Amino acid sequence: MSETVSEKYALQLRNVTKAFGTKVIANKNVDLDVRYGEVLAILGENGSGKTTLMNMIAGIYHPDAGEIYVNGEKASINSPKDAFNYKIGMVHQHFKLVDLFTATENIILGINDGNKYDLAKAEEEVKNISGKYGFVINPKKKIYEMSVSEKQTVEIIKVLYRGADILILDEPTAVLTPQETDKLFDVIRNMRNDGKSILIITHKLHEVLAISDRVTVLRKGEHIATVDTAKTSEIELTEMMVGKRVSLNIGRSEPKDTCDRLIVSGMNMTNPDGVKVLKDISFTAKAGEILGIAGIAGSGQRELLEAIAGLRPLDSGNITYIDPSNSENVELRSKSPMQIRELGVRLSFVPEDRLGMGLVGNMDIIDNMMLRTYKKGLSVFVDRQPPRQLAEEIIESLEVVTPSAQTPVRRLSGGNVQKVLVGREIASAPSVLMVAYPVRGLDINSSYTIYNLLNAQKENGVAVIYVGEDLDVLLELCDRIIVLCAGAVSGILDGRTAKKEEVGLLMTKVKGVSENE
Amino acid sequence: MAIIEQIVELLVRAVMQGTPLLFGSTGEILTEKSGNLNLGIPGIMYIGAISGVIGGFFYQNYTSSYNMILAIIIPLLSSLAGSLLASLIYGFLTITLRANQNVTGLALTTFGVGLGNFFGGSLIKITKSDTPFLALSKISAAYRTTLPFANKLGLFGQLFFSYGFMVYLAVVIALIVSFVLKRTRVGLQLRAVGESPATADAAGVNVNKYKYFATCIGGMIAGLGGLYYILDYSKGIWANDAFGDRGWLAIAIVIFAIWRPNVSILGSYLFGGLYILFNYVSVSMNLLPLMQMLPYVVTIIVLVIVSMRKKRENLPPASLGTNYFREER
Repeated sequence: MSETVSEKYALQLRNVTKAFGTKVIANKNVDLDVRYGEVLAILGENGSGKTTLMNMIAGIYHPDAGEIYVNGEKASINSPKDAFNYKIGMVHQHFKLVDLFTATENIILGINDGNKYDLAKAEEEVKNISGKYGFVINPKKKIYEMSVSEKQTVEIIKVLYRGADILILDEPTAVLTPQETDKLFDVIRNMRNDGKSILIITHKLHEVLAISDRVTVLRKGEHIATVDTAKTSEIELTEMMVGKRVSLNIGRSEPKDTCDRLIVSGMNMTNPDGVKVLKDISFTAKAGEILGIAGIAGSGQRELLEAIAGLRPLDSGNITYIDPSNSENVELRSKSPMQIRELGVRLSFVPEDRLGMGLVGNMDIIDNMMLRTYKKGLSVFVDRQPPRQLAEEIIESLEVVTPSAQTPVRRLSGGNVQKVLVGREIASAPSVLMVAYPVRGLDINSSYTIYNLLNAQKENGVAVIYVGEDLDVLLELCDRIIVLCAGAVSGILDGRTAKKEEVGLLMTKVKGVSENE
Repeated sequence: MAIIEQIVELLVRAVMQGTPLLFGSTGEILTEKSGNLNLGIPGIMYIGAISGVIGGFFYQNYTSSYNMILAIIIPLLSSLAGSLLASLIYGFLTITLRANQNVTGLALTTFGVGLGNFFGGSLIKITKSDTPFLALSKISAAYRTTLPFANKLGLFGQLFFSYGFMVYLAVVIALIVSFVLKRTRVGLQLRAVGESPATADAAGVNVNKYKYFATCIGGMIAGLGGLYYILDYSKGIWANDAFGDRGWLAIAIVIFAIWRPNVSILGSYLFGGLYILFNYVSVSMNLLPLMQMLPYVVTIIVLVIVSMRKKRENLPPASLGTNYFREER
């Protein structure tokens, strides 16, 4: 299938394998051929190993096995510097720029070519590069005054300034508006016509079709296929991307006694950078069912949950909670988490950022239990007995592996940290339980423990909102699935009848794309 | 006429008083630009002083010959060596072992003051002196040598040429550091390390190397402030604790100068003037502590103004006080 190694290719990978620890295999025997003067899209779901693979080419990671060939010759790439020597440069999703420096200062940072330090000359050079490929940039502008798209331009010029012939762009359009994306694509075409090879990581299918010459699809760390863009279709790509459905045997009981518990309507949110992150989101979470939220990472899942939890302000929309005891409606919008709790709303939130938002890493399990209950009682002194009991119960019932309840939680493994957090949230007897990526980084057994806990909550009449990334899990665990795409709801499906490809298509293609562009 | 003479005298004393502060603040700015908040600077200045004094003491008391060049070079080199060692302690703890910078710095200051007083006391014992002083008069004379025409130029000469060489050295170093930070590749990379070590690292800058060099060179510059204070300002007389709180004042000037060594020249002289202003205005003794507080009041005012203006360029280096560890993401 793959070509022989030859100098006709700018870059070739052979049998590249990379594992993190013993559990996670990020890439397995991946072959890749990149021609001169082409745009190759690397397509795959979250966790399919796209970024890891690119990081190995860029020298951030070192492959465990396999070879990399540049211009037909075997290359040994151990650092980003080595990669630059092979004229390979990568633009990461998270920009690495010094805010206080100008564009030019950032571009020349780290270059010791023995020439005199001459900022004016460098600015001239930056202007030349911009002119050649059609960038619009003021070399003297400070980064902190720039928009996201300008910062990205600086990153790309930084790579070009160092003479890169192979450019890797990691989800370059994730942060751009449609207009900015069009401009970027023009620039990418100019670079391709100049003979450069561009690898672009993305999971937006319409962009793949718009910009690339060929597409490589990765799934679960393996190379599935490389096809000519002109000869493929969105349907075919989606099927390759999500693959066949795998049965996981997660138990799912029929929901009973369901009733509306949380009604979200017309939710809009703009983030501090001025980007609309939630667009007119409406849905209802019912007691006694698990509502799944699917979507590519960064489609607004985090913002959605944090808005409901009272951590982020909305531009517009309502969040209505229906009190199970008296069926009264309670409006949660513009309330702080403390106010929400004081209203008697039993809302629990397991955030994706476990040790940042969920637990205090340096405190032990008992103290972390107390974060939920420290306000109880009238005395100025806290009563440590109930949290101690709770901690011991959780350790016992969820089989948390820890030396003692007095161990700082950051010393525990990811799965055990998650058990502590979920255990604490469930112990507060919620009527709405929101969990974000609860099994991320967990082994199979711990994952099933979490699934069972969520199912038990559902059977107790809790409205569970589950944000996940593994489609197989979502399809087997959830009763209904909301699919988010670019901050908007692109579909609400029944978890029992929905097809994986259907969810995949909704995730990658907004119904309203044509309206936006 | 008398008033003018008095003003000139105040200015001259302000410069002399400000010079240790200038060494200290220049060194601290260089260190902080790498993201290291070295609160050990007061201690390092003490160590710089006592190391120079030890070198000078042995040269003056245990050699029969006297050569002015050696009388300058020996204390200078021993001072630099002392502050280098002290800075290495700080660097090793915070850069290599990634210990908390504040705790390390404060400990180093306590350690430095103690070390200075211990060796100062020992030297005084060696001389079998009845007074709690140690006088290095010959060495000091070398340090206080002025240009021969200084006293022929009247007030002008007094204002500009009446100082020992270290006063000019302090200004030159401040200007050089200022130039390096602003106009050289090394300066660009150093500032990048202090602003965003991860970015600098990704760009191929050796973050730890820059931090070590900035901390050590900064510490050595600061140590010269202690040396100047003893050998020039105090006319070669070491007394325990005489250096006082000047190290902290130097750190305050860093904020006053908003991390610019050239501004710190003016800041140091201003603070030096404020420090001794009470000698020139008649205030009652019980108001004295209030007068001595003035430099710190000025610092607070500057902090308030800078914070209110919110100009990014005037803020401390973004990574100041935090240690860099590549694998931490």
